[in-house]
Amino acid sequence: MVEFALPANSKVGEGKRHKAPGNARRVKEFRVYRWSPDDGQNPRMDTYEIDLDACGPMVLDALIKIKNEVDTTLTFRRSCREGICGSCAMNIDGTNTLACLKPIEEVKNAVRIHPLPHMPVVKDLVPDLTQAYAQLRSIEPWMQSDTPPPPDAERPQSREERARLDGMWECILCFCCTTSCPSYWWNSDRYLGPAVLLAAYRWIIDSRDEATGARLDALEDPFKLYRCHTIMNCTEACPKGLNPAKAIGKIKQLLIERQV
Amino acid sequence: MAVGNPHITTMRSPLGRVRGLGSAKSGTAHWWAQRLTALALVPLAVWFVISLLALLGQPHEAVVHWIGRPLHAVPLLALIAALFHHLQLGLQVVIEDYIHGEAVRLAVLLVMRAGVILLFLIAFVAILKMSF
Repeated sequence: MVEFALPANSKVGEGKRHKAPGNARRVKEFRVYRWSPDDGQNPRMDTYEIDLDACGPMVLDALIKIKNEVDTTLTFRRSCREGICGSCAMNIDGTNTLACLKPIEEVKNAVRIHPLPHMPVVKDLVPDLTQAYAQLRSIEPWMQSDTPPPPDAERPQSREERARLDGMWECILCFCCTTSCPSYWWNSDRYLGPAVLLAAYRWIIDSRDEATGARLDALEDPFKLYRCHTIMNCTEACPKGLNPAKAIGKIKQLLIERQV
Repeated sequence: MAVGNPHITTMRSPLGRVRGLGSAKSGTAHWWAQRLTALALVPLAVWFVISLLALLGQPHEAVVHWIGRPLHAVPLLALIAALFHHLQLGLQVVIEDYIHGEAVRLAVLLVMRAGVILLFLIAFVAILKMSF
């Protein structure tokens, strides 16, 4: 059954407060989820007071400042700091997004930062994405074609055919959408989730791919696909402005189309 | 979780677990039927509410007579067929969403479906009884 309360060892307590330096004039509070697998403690919310005059504009800048100058034990993933690697996906101010693309200014009060919801936590803000990656692998996100490509050339594609992939190839697999989806929270063992279904649709409509039917076969399942109830959290969350809900709708449309 | 060894229940690879038993190759008919019954319910429900308003204040015999006429009984039967089918499809989704564990889920699904079918039959027979 659905659980409406956290298990006892997951209840989040109040953590430490790290004061801003006395001469700081523009202080912003960052409330950050902390949990370590090593100390046997419950998760806690640590508060960091950051002087915005000595900090970059994005939430990731603040996290890096905290790790460099305040508390080296804070653990999070980051790499490109410009919204293309998808590493710093986390829940900021109640919405899944990329810390590097989220301006601190957009958050009214204290900046609350949690790991991506409903994923196992490795440490602090680092979620375990093993399941999501396995789900991506399961839809076989690569070209499947029996016709060999032309000798010494790429597989040709018309401008229109290429344009159909717009809005899908841009996905960086940060899983902000998937982990924002209540259907995924309740049934992630079987439901593939918006990011993976968007990737699946990207291959279904690729004019060069010849496994379209097999791909649709693999998705036609009450749990893998039809757990989507057009809640639209995915589209709301996507930091790249993509629309996974629409892609899922298109997959459902194609499944009808092939039997009428 | 944090203390001691996590209890390992499976050593199967993540990909093996995700692929699981494979695709059921179904679900589309369910999804489509849910949309079609919803669509059918729009005119049927509007007709039903308007008819009820028109029947306000009428004596019992007049209402029974009204229901018994084929022009009213047939849309009524269509209404309850679409309604109970839609109800069953929708409840199935809710149960599949929230009830985990194959045995419990299957049991609840069967009880739900039996209940909906019985309610449908009661309404069905009631309308037929007023028609003949």
